[in-house]
Amino acid sequence: MEYHLSTPLKKEDIEGLNAGDIVYISGTVLTARDEAHARILELKEEGKELPFSLEGAAIYHCGPLMQQTDGTWRVVAAGPTTSDRMSKMTPALLENFNVRVLIGKGGMSNVADAMKEKCVYLAYTGGCAALASGSIKNVPAVHWLDLGMPEAVWELEVNEFGPLIVGIDTKGEDLFTSIKEKARSSFLKL
Amino acid sequence: MVTDMVTYKNVVEATVDIIREAETQLPDDVIDALKSARQNESSDVAISQIDAILKNIEIASNNNIPLCQDTGILIFYVEIGRELKLDIDLKGAILEASRIATQEVPLRPNAVHPITRSNSNDNTGDGLPDIKYDFVEGDQLKITVAPKGAGSENMSALKMMNPTELKDIRKFILETVLNAGGRPCPPIIVGVGIGGSFDKAARLAKAALLRKVTDMNDEEKGILKDINSLGIGPMGLGGDTTALAVHLATSYCHTASLPVAINIQCWANRHASVVLGGDE
Repeated sequence: MEYHLSTPLKKEDIEGLNAGDIVYISGTVLTARDEAHARILELKEEGKELPFSLEGAAIYHCGPLMQQTDGTWRVVAAGPTTSDRMSKMTPALLENFNVRVLIGKGGMSNVADAMKEKCVYLAYTGGCAALASGSIKNVPAVHWLDLGMPEAVWELEVNEFGPLIVGIDTKGEDLFTSIKEKARSSFLKL
Repeated sequence: MVTDMVTYKNVVEATVDIIREAETQLPDDVIDALKSARQNESSDVAISQIDAILKNIEIASNNNIPLCQDTGILIFYVEIGRELKLDIDLKGAILEASRIATQEVPLRPNAVHPITRSNSNDNTGDGLPDIKYDFVEGDQLKITVAPKGAGSENMSALKMMNPTELKDIRKFILETVLNAGGRPCPPIIVGVGIGGSFDKAARLAKAALLRKVTDMNDEEKGILKDINSLGIGPMGLGGDTTALAVHLATSYCHTASLPVAINIQCWANRHASVVLGGDE
């Protein structure tokens, strides 16, 4: 099945998605990788406000390549980064914020339970940064640029961003894990 | 072929050019391998991933923009002809080219201090770019750049094996690919260094990634077949194409040692070269 979603997302928008479905997203996605995840959780711990809203948000595991001309930021290339580096911080993130979509590559470990009835993981083709930049229309804001260009939180306005493959759905189905399990049994037979 | 003289200015310019070429144009042998993998794929999801990759390659090439936002850290291989008179600051020229390319291509500033994680913002820093020098026959200077992304680099592995464990090398390669799953952006290219020393095995593995994708002997083809039988597929989403190539490189080693290094490379096996000097 193919779905077209718009942010901000409600729980109902993602409940019908099944692992293996194809999704296109329009609206705003927020980039966040290692350092941004750590800072989000740090501020939450200290009871401080974030400079952006994660309510119904789509988080993109991405450290984009940006260029600034005359004060305006423009995306040069913005493909997904390896999501698994964020696996350990993701359950805490989902516990504290109503993030509905995670976009990245390569799948995640031990997050399917935390994502149940809350959030889906969507896989974008790794390395396809030139392709991705075509569906990013604007860069409304950037936060935490002190973390460096790749680690900052970039607000990206996207139109029909995809195709994204549902890797982990809200029922706990994890496409990557099932493929890896099959691969492991093939390996043992070799 | 007419080449430019080896001057500081020419080295800087030529190095910026090869960085741009490597970042925006994938070598033909890799593109051909991806196209033929698409033909042989049986999984629809896998085909969708390879199609996205091929489309991405075309967009990057036509628009002269980097294939991947992870423009890597810059690895240089410099071959110096032993008859070449080299009286310029070669390292300085390569560093300057890296800074210029960061602005002009542009490249994502990826170089950070390992502990403080502070970003130099120009892709240089103590130890980066990584430049490997070698002396060869002739009177020319050859510079090759291979930008290396972290997604695949992080999935690499090195093991000091027992010399009697020779038959476990294949198992080590397969396990490394299996554990990596979709994380290194398959279809991958697997460089394997066998022998040498702790660090030499790793250098062999990395240099093996520069070989033509199709340049494989029967042993390498056999390992490739085993890897692809795992069904990890493009991006770990399942399929017949987990790897495009396996390249083994060997070196004599200590009688008590068997170092084996596996350097994983994503589908974007980026590299470009230039030759300067000679025939004056």
